[in-house]
Amino acid sequence: MLVDLPGGWSPLLGRLAWSQIPYANPILAPLFVAVVIGAIIVLGLITYYGKWTYLWKEWLTTVDHKKLGVMYIIIGLVMLFRGFIDGLMIRTQQVWAVGPHSSGVFGSLHGYLTPFHFGQVYSAHGLIMILLAATPLLVGFMNIIVPIQIGARDMAYPYLNALGLWITAAAAALIMISLFVGDFAHNGWFEYAPIFEMQYSPGVGVDYWIWTLQLVALGTTLGGINILATIIKMRAPGMSWGKLPIFVWASLSANVIALTSFPALQVALGLVAADRYLGAHFFTAGMGGNLMLYTNLFWIWGHPEVYFVILPAFGMMSEIFPTFSEKPLFGYITMVLASMAIAGVSWLVWLHHFFTMGAGPYVNTAFSVATMLVGIPTGVKVFNWAFTMYRGRLTFNAAMLWAIGALFLLLIGGMTGMMLAIPAINYMVHNSVFVVAHFHSMLLVIVYAIFGSVLYWFPKVFGFKLDEFWAKTMFWLFSAGTALVFVPMYMLGFMGMTRRLEYVFNTGWQPYLDVMEFGIVVYTLSVLAFFILLYVSVRDHAKNRVGADAWGTSRSLEWMTHSPVPFYNFAVLPHINERDEVAWRRQHGIDNVRPEHYEDIHMPNNTGVAIILGGLTFVLGFALTWRIWWLCIVSLLAIIVLMIVRSFRGDPGYIITGAELQRMEEEAYRREAQIADSHHSHPVSGGVVGNAMAYQRNDSSK
Amino acid sequence: MSSHASTVDPKKAELWDTHHHSHDVISTRTLGYFLYLLSDGMLFATLFAAYGVLSYQHSYFGGPTPAEFVKPWYTFAQTIALFLSVLAYGFGMNALKHKNKSGLINGMLAAFVLGVVFLVLDIHDMSHLYSMGITLASSGGMSAFMVLTQVHATHIFFGLIWILVMMAQVMTKGFTEETVGRLLTLRMFWHLQAVIWVFVYIFVYLWGYIS
Repeated sequence: MLVDLPGGWSPLLGRLAWSQIPYANPILAPLFVAVVIGAIIVLGLITYYGKWTYLWKEWLTTVDHKKLGVMYIIIGLVMLFRGFIDGLMIRTQQVWAVGPHSSGVFGSLHGYLTPFHFGQVYSAHGLIMILLAATPLLVGFMNIIVPIQIGARDMAYPYLNALGLWITAAAAALIMISLFVGDFAHNGWFEYAPIFEMQYSPGVGVDYWIWTLQLVALGTTLGGINILATIIKMRAPGMSWGKLPIFVWASLSANVIALTSFPALQVALGLVAADRYLGAHFFTAGMGGNLMLYTNLFWIWGHPEVYFVILPAFGMMSEIFPTFSEKPLFGYITMVLASMAIAGVSWLVWLHHFFTMGAGPYVNTAFSVATMLVGIPTGVKVFNWAFTMYRGRLTFNAAMLWAIGALFLLLIGGMTGMMLAIPAINYMVHNSVFVVAHFHSMLLVIVYAIFGSVLYWFPKVFGFKLDEFWAKTMFWLFSAGTALVFVPMYMLGFMGMTRRLEYVFNTGWQPYLDVMEFGIVVYTLSVLAFFILLYVSVRDHAKNRVGADAWGTSRSLEWMTHSPVPFYNFAVLPHINERDEVAWRRQHGIDNVRPEHYEDIHMPNNTGVAIILGGLTFVLGFALTWRIWWLCIVSLLAIIVLMIVRSFRGDPGYIITGAELQRMEEEAYRREAQIADSHHSHPVSGGVVGNAMAYQRNDSSK
Repeated sequence: MSSHASTVDPKKAELWDTHHHSHDVISTRTLGYFLYLLSDGMLFATLFAAYGVLSYQHSYFGGPTPAEFVKPWYTFAQTIALFLSVLAYGFGMNALKHKNKSGLINGMLAAFVLGVVFLVLDIHDMSHLYSMGITLASSGGMSAFMVLTQVHATHIFFGLIWILVMMAQVMTKGFTEETVGRLLTLRMFWHLQAVIWVFVYIFVYLWGYIS
């Protein structure tokens, strides 16, 4: 091609060679052995129990939005764990490599990670946490909840939904394989021009970074289109825009951002690829390139992306607070307007990521003011949540604790964000760990909302509640870890510690780094608590079974259908009369009214095409990374041919007859009646508490 | 604000969807495709922004600039070919309204041939530039010029494949809900590429020629 490759290249394997496998690395080689053994055990167990057919038929080829959502969440949790391990490694290196007398092992002068390896770890940590943990987790929840909340049987495009999942899975696989084959990018998760150019980063790390991100962007764009079209077109009769559940509004605003911003990322990455693969000069230091063009293009996507991940989290909090305050959400209209305002302002603030570019006082002032504007709609949201809880009948279960924790973190992160919005302050703390602590506070808002949602919606998806004791244990450990890691980090930022130090020169910072290391150990305990939580909950699931309305105080439509949700969601689609339809029906005692007769419904067939296309996009990404041109052409052609073949075949779908539906529904009702008998009656209390209107709980003993 | 005023009488309220309304497949698909085209528009907007930043005198680094090699009449011929292609597709869609299969096929065939003319002119232009030693590696400005125009040409290329596929589908399957929906989305795609070409022609070719 047009660029001179350092190192070897062969037509058959491209840049791939045995020397690219880091079998001599004392960290990666044992990890690789562990992964291989783990994989053999898992695959062996699946074979031993004969679950391959089940896995293929029920999960890998499914187009059911709930199963796809669950798989999104599994990918997100696995990647969250991987990103957490990266964080643990970063903290351990920084607590170890302090001062010139600190020891070094594994070929590192100080600490245990060489600078090149450390660079890969923090780059992978950032990319994974934002794009392969937070994003799939949120997309997963939107996938599961949005169609049920609007009273639809599936997404607008079920097959496209499966395709989006498998492309995201391909991206996750690509970044995971970079651990064992070649290197990952070492220049930070958002990279810098011109260090990502071929002459400064000759390895495949940046190429892995390009194609991983490109695949995530593609998958998220497809998912965004799907969710938008679903919300616009698939709402149940009677559900006008004013009756839309608030999480649906949050998803809508988030996906407007996704749809419009991800193309900017795709172009930015495409131009980097043009530089690295074709010898173009978009971002080179000479030859007429423009370095800051890259930074601008990246953050034109990057900042809207931040709100793309925070808005669904706000939506989740807006569902949890009313349910456990037994009050309708305070200020529904203002909440909707605030979400839309945040989505709009998200486009006007990207330059605050690099005030130090030197664009001059007028440009910096404009972006500073625009950034501070974000505080207005966000403040509206915070007050709305506070007023929702005000004089409500609060239940402090684990889901509620996570939501309240998110609220406190939002205050801390938001206030430091306002500080950073002032260019005069920003120049002082630019690229310090103060900034790192700020955006971790914000991203932890999302993590808190996600864990709250896992607890809140788990019974809806699986039919039983998670264990409260271990969920609360996990919450307190996690919160202690958050405080222990990030309070010292804010302080170190003020003391001038810059980010991404693989060697900390100032021994005076050792005590703070020690506290942070202790904090990450506490975080590790919370991860253990999460595993125990899953184990205990699955072990005791028979005791914790729930009916349709798992919490007894739920408000929106997903709590009307059975738990776990049947694959057709609603046997008969509900007609929507009120904003909080379930709470309204419960209040008026008509929540047990069943449909009189069942009609035939039409459902889409499963398809194996989506997972095959996902596999092919992985092959394409891998071939592009290693410049195996024949494989690029073969996989691209295979993708095109497969898409054309599928378009000829189409999907006629299948029919579930009304009689069949009635049989399944009656069985579900019988199961629910058994659960209600086995539990004692729900607590009952009055309808009006203080001055706040509170809908009555459903008293199943009547 | 603490409670939402109830306006529906629960005793008479309609609780289930008894009218058995079904979703309009074609309108759902065209909406989704329209959303995709919005993202495609954003993609070109970003490329235009990059071109704007990289079209200063210093962006060409003393190398060739569009003013030296752009031939406005040549690209005008491309413009006419692409517009006539969209027009032919429009005639084909008019035939669809009258359930006239051969009229549709003829329109699409004409659209295909004119699209191929556009693409051949583009490839000829690029190979001519290559023979003069002008590539996207010449300078930052030429990188922006080449990538913007060739990303558009790539869209045309995939549009042409799509036209062929749709001709085959109409001939084998006739006018089904699926094929008609796809004909409509293809029309949106084809039209948008012509609209984007207007911007490419004006801001890249004409502006490059005069500056």
